[in-house]
Amino acid sequence: MQHSARTDTAPDGTTVTNGGSGNLLTPIYLDYQATTPVDPRVFDAMLPWFNAQFGNAHSQHQHGWQADEAIERTRAQTAAIIGAQSREIVITSGATESNNLAIKGVAKAYGDKRNHIVTCVTEHKCVLESCLQMERDGFEITRLAVDSRGFIDLDQLCSVVTENTVLVSIMAVNNEIGVINPLREIGSICRAAGAFFHTDAAQAVGKIPLDVEAANIDLMSISGHKIYGPKGVGALYVRRRPRVRLEAQMSGGGQERGLRSGTLPTPLCVGLGIACMIAEREMVSENLRIRVLRDRLYQRLMSELDNVSLNGDLERRIPGNLNLSFARIDGAALMMGIPELSVSTGSACTSGSLGPSYVLQALGLDAEGSDTALRIGLGRFTTMDEVEYAADRLIAVVREQQSKLYSPTSA
Amino acid sequence: MPAQIYLDYNATAPMLSAAQAAMSAALAAYGNPSSVHSFGRAQRARIEAARVQVAALVGAEAQQVVFTSCGTEANNLALIGVEAKTIVVSAIEHDSILNGAVRPLVAPVQISGVIDLEKLEALIAEAPPPVLVSVMLANNETGVVQPIAEVVKIAHSHGALLHCDAVQAVGRIAIDMPALGIDLMTISAHKIGGPQGVGALIVGEHVHLQPQMRGGGQERGSRAGTENVPGVIGFGAAAAAAHNSLEDWDRVARLRESLETRLGKIFGNDLQIFGHDAGRLPNTCCVARAGIPAETQIIALDLAGIAVSAGSACSSGKVQVSHVLAAMGVADRIAHTAIRISLGPTTSAADIEFFFVTYRALRGRGVEHAA
Repeated sequence: MQHSARTDTAPDGTTVTNGGSGNLLTPIYLDYQATTPVDPRVFDAMLPWFNAQFGNAHSQHQHGWQADEAIERTRAQTAAIIGAQSREIVITSGATESNNLAIKGVAKAYGDKRNHIVTCVTEHKCVLESCLQMERDGFEITRLAVDSRGFIDLDQLCSVVTENTVLVSIMAVNNEIGVINPLREIGSICRAAGAFFHTDAAQAVGKIPLDVEAANIDLMSISGHKIYGPKGVGALYVRRRPRVRLEAQMSGGGQERGLRSGTLPTPLCVGLGIACMIAEREMVSENLRIRVLRDRLYQRLMSELDNVSLNGDLERRIPGNLNLSFARIDGAALMMGIPELSVSTGSACTSGSLGPSYVLQALGLDAEGSDTALRIGLGRFTTMDEVEYAADRLIAVVREQQSKLYSPTSA
Repeated sequence: MPAQIYLDYNATAPMLSAAQAAMSAALAAYGNPSSVHSFGRAQRARIEAARVQVAALVGAEAQQVVFTSCGTEANNLALIGVEAKTIVVSAIEHDSILNGAVRPLVAPVQISGVIDLEKLEALIAEAPPPVLVSVMLANNETGVVQPIAEVVKIAHSHGALLHCDAVQAVGRIAIDMPALGIDLMTISAHKIGGPQGVGALIVGEHVHLQPQMRGGGQERGSRAGTENVPGVIGFGAAAAAAHNSLEDWDRVARLRESLETRLGKIFGNDLQIFGHDAGRLPNTCCVARAGIPAETQIIALDLAGIAVSAGSACSSGKVQVSHVLAAMGVADRIAHTAIRISLGPTTSAADIEFFFVTYRALRGRGVEHAA
């Protein structure tokens, strides 16, 4: 853990000693798919825009022009990481807004010509909810199933996309199980059928190479806070050639070429741009480092525990994700048993609800498998000490709970 | 470069140090507020504390506050989310109201800049129900404060709901949302010294609001998307600071009055101050100067280090006459010479003096340099 990034501890934070290898601050953050800490370099870049250079980017004076220039740099930095042009980047308040804008904006702009949308059952809630809203407005929605590894069947995609399909929305990387979808193949199927291809890349930016040209992607959603940038900012890539039309979902002063009104928050925009720049520069080395940590954790849990299974494919998966089911224990009790590890049972957005994960159910897991699943997210500031400590704790608690539930004396 | 004098507070305000400090800490904090682990719960607690601060600024309850990404989003959410059959607005609303409403009925304003209550009532009476009325508390270009208590009374007497865009008024004049009877109210952080990128729609408990942004069900289902935690915290800190310093605006009002008096004495009939006869925000002065296009004035002032604007910032890029001044019956030829000067708590008498001297020296082609 880089302590420079972490000036704040959770309320029950304490320090533990880990086998003589140094002190660790707990709880240990292992939920990088829920959100990431702001990288100190991003933070430093944002700071001046909060005070000295506070102008409204839409004002016609020095204060405004400075802010506007900074935002145009952001646009270029964001475009660069996905192989797009600056003017194809629409800045939003986050990936939820981007996904809503992409799906509803395209549906409403083309609804009189085509009224079929294809998506997948394991998409993020905001994609599914946007599709549901369009279904209520008269659109036909096809929700593709996934196999046990988490992938859609490309032949099935081919067969459901018709000349009535306006949009195919398939995420680049799943937020719960980290599996990577075959974007090029999906893109070429969409292009052949004349349907637009939208991908929610909130979990993919900085984790896998993205190229909107190579993969024929027409719309792509990006989040700031999943890539060590700030919360409250994201982007939607909107292809200009051939042009994708969108109906704006927020109307007003006509900012973002009329596609998204509202004063642009300069500091947040600057943060998004720098986060993209760092991600582009460091992705390869960062992935290598995180993969070593993830593999170590995975290998220890698999070898030292019985009845652990990985949810989702291992190979076609981002390095920073594990999603594991622990048989013969109670999922809630497991979470209670490891307060020193900040992990999750699934998507943060739906973690308030106690039902089993719809993503894991879609993989074919039964109630026990999805109830006892843990999502462990590793990232830029995770250290090997933390991984060893997390493995120690998980192994101890799972063993203890497995023995409790099934010890002969309890019968 | 000369000292920068910022007189464009209605476009955006510099951040208050309290908000900066709160945000700096929050930006370094980990966690998604929807997560159930301790990092997430700590973030959730910070958001809820900020919600109390924001609500207190307008006398509302914390659970009525729905955080959004800006005032525009909050205005759009109110207009669409209420699902009224007819929307009635005033002619001087912000673009996010005029463009956010589908085929609204538009109530005119008087020459003073104050909404015409009789015509408003006639429109509401004829409108197919259910009706949502949206009238701003104070205009962003002229600062004219609208008789919102009377607007509420009229709306309610016809069974209509009242949404109020209070983005420019909040933090500058005292607002008691329940006492005024307002059903929904929009406010924005960056106009009160909080950060850009966060706003709020305050929704009365009796109002049923359909969410526009769908997804994870944050904000009690009214607005999906991971909360902008540092932004919300900065908003809370700014709201608390604004609440405690409303009286600072008396000084700002006096500065504005003395400026307007001096300008009036020098320029007489060549100068027109819009909304002068109505109640205005303490900080806003919208003034036309015969014979000098607004663009020329703004560029000359900017070169001198003074930031002002022609109309609202959102539309500053466009060369078109202000719809607000047009609605007040101002001739295009005069409206084209109008600029907006908006002061803030950090504006000093020296700033206003420098503005006055520079403005006085403006000529058709820029600043006349003193010999």
